[in-house]
Amino acid sequence: MHKMTIGSILEKYPFAEGYFQENELDIRGYEDKTFREYLDSFSEEEVEDFAIDKDGLEANLIEYIQLMKTFLGVEEESGIQSLTILPGHDKSNNPEGFKELTIHKSEIISIVGPTGSGKSRLLADIEWTAQNDTPTGRTILIDGKTPDTKWRFSSNNRLVAQLSQNMNFVIDLTVREFLELHAQSRLVEDVEGTIGKIIEAANKLAGEKFDLETPVTSLSGGQSRALMIADTAILSSSPIVLIDEIENAGIDRRKALNLLVDEEKIVLMATHDPTLALIADKRIIIKNGGIHKIIETSPEERELLTKLEEIDYFVQGLREDLRYGKQLGKNSKIEHKDDFTLRKLDGILPNIVN
Amino acid sequence: MNLVVFSGPPSSGKTSIILKTIDALKQRNISVGVVKFDCLYTDDDVLYEKAGVPVKKGLSGALCPDHFFASNIEEVVQWGKGLNLDMLITESAGLCNRCSPYIKDIKGVCVIDNLSGINTPKKIGPMLKAADIVVITKGDIVSQAEREVFASKVSSVNPRAITMHINGLTGQGAYELSSLLYDEENQIESVQGRELRFPMPSALCSYCLGETRIGEAYQMGNVRKMDLGDDYA
Repeated sequence: MHKMTIGSILEKYPFAEGYFQENELDIRGYEDKTFREYLDSFSEEEVEDFAIDKDGLEANLIEYIQLMKTFLGVEEESGIQSLTILPGHDKSNNPEGFKELTIHKSEIISIVGPTGSGKSRLLADIEWTAQNDTPTGRTILIDGKTPDTKWRFSSNNRLVAQLSQNMNFVIDLTVREFLELHAQSRLVEDVEGTIGKIIEAANKLAGEKFDLETPVTSLSGGQSRALMIADTAILSSSPIVLIDEIENAGIDRRKALNLLVDEEKIVLMATHDPTLALIADKRIIIKNGGIHKIIETSPEERELLTKLEEIDYFVQGLREDLRYGKQLGKNSKIEHKDDFTLRKLDGILPNIVN
Repeated sequence: MNLVVFSGPPSSGKTSIILKTIDALKQRNISVGVVKFDCLYTDDDVLYEKAGVPVKKGLSGALCPDHFFASNIEEVVQWGKGLNLDMLITESAGLCNRCSPYIKDIKGVCVIDNLSGINTPKKIGPMLKAADIVVITKGDIVSQAEREVFASKVSSVNPRAITMHINGLTGQGAYELSSLLYDEENQIESVQGRELRFPMPSALCSYCLGETRIGEAYQMGNVRKMDLGDDYA
């Protein structure tokens, strides 16, 4: 590497361009020089002015290329299949109430428990791939094995992506520019195609449609949520998605979860909403800092879920009518294109309204 | 005693992160003291006191805070030794993003936040680029995509650092940071003769020395002019 010219480095590792850009190094005209020769072209004054650390920059370039090589390698792997949690103990040192919990990809698990009961700690244990070295004494396995430490320390390969109610877009870009930026940071090859896929998916989730030229900061709450979920499902490298509640407004929650499941994510969802909790295959009950027990969603609960979803769709329909200036009442018609909705609403609405 | 140097832009969450990390260290019976460096004002010392953490504050006033840090760090270390601390943490705000207080072979942690904008990693000099650990905060209020982009920008200016996401409000991730900070092997008695990781600007101009009048006649020493191009008459 030390002897390679900048031109040949770029030819072999095109992504090195990003390193030069982010470090504000204009290497144009130095393609036939080595990186060291380029750095030596700075005068002493420039070195001080721009706070240039020559040795550091050289070492970092090598590190950066290594990092990106592994990162690209990881992308090619098929991703993780399962996550296993082995029990530790709660705040009072009582053992946790389960033997072993394995969550496979495309599975949804909900987490319930009062604020401060230890939901954040559980997430932190997963993110850190705890090895009986955190306050809960839990152990996390990936694909049934002790995980690679890369999950702890690499900034580009995070195990967990998070979606929460408080999240906002703070960047001042249009949806297109925003997705482009994200796709570039993930070194996606087909940027246009990926953007198209995300906007299409997001619009399926959002109550109100939006296009690629909308600034992300002017999206409504529901639209923002829809875009964040579609982007996380399609573009994020993290195999596990943790959701902290999805508000029941302006977004089709069932479709949102289906999208994540279709993209083969492992979904953990902290919620106090019965509809969301019952969509999950199992739910983890957190108490006093530990997992108190794990409940499987029963057939009766599934029946209840069907009812809850009908109510949700009904309210969603009312919201839509309200938005378009219609009279609300028991005859409110829902112009939802979804077959599922129409089928379910048939004959049920009057019961709910009465 | 271990010495750990925390640095980061103002309001990035340094104090919250340090407090949550100290909580985790205390659980392991590691005693920690803090020295807070700032420029004109700080009341962070009150927060540390409230948490029962021995604390001293140093205001640099008219001096560059990083210069002030370098002139005082040895005394600060002796203060910590006098209290028999297991770990001394120094916290200083990076104000102009040009310098860093990191010392060779002493753990340096940079705290920056997701809200500061995705070009911030580019704008920060050695404070970010020479850190061993980069802590990214306020991840709970920006989108997953922005977090990923921000982290990738950090890693392209400092690929050697361990990058961690910590929530300063809930403390999620602070325990993990604490496990990386304390090092039984790296005990120090003094920092006498140790070197800064990166030199600070060397020059002085007349304004450094108290000149207030504007105009060429009053400018001495290291003065540089902007290049305003050809339109400048």
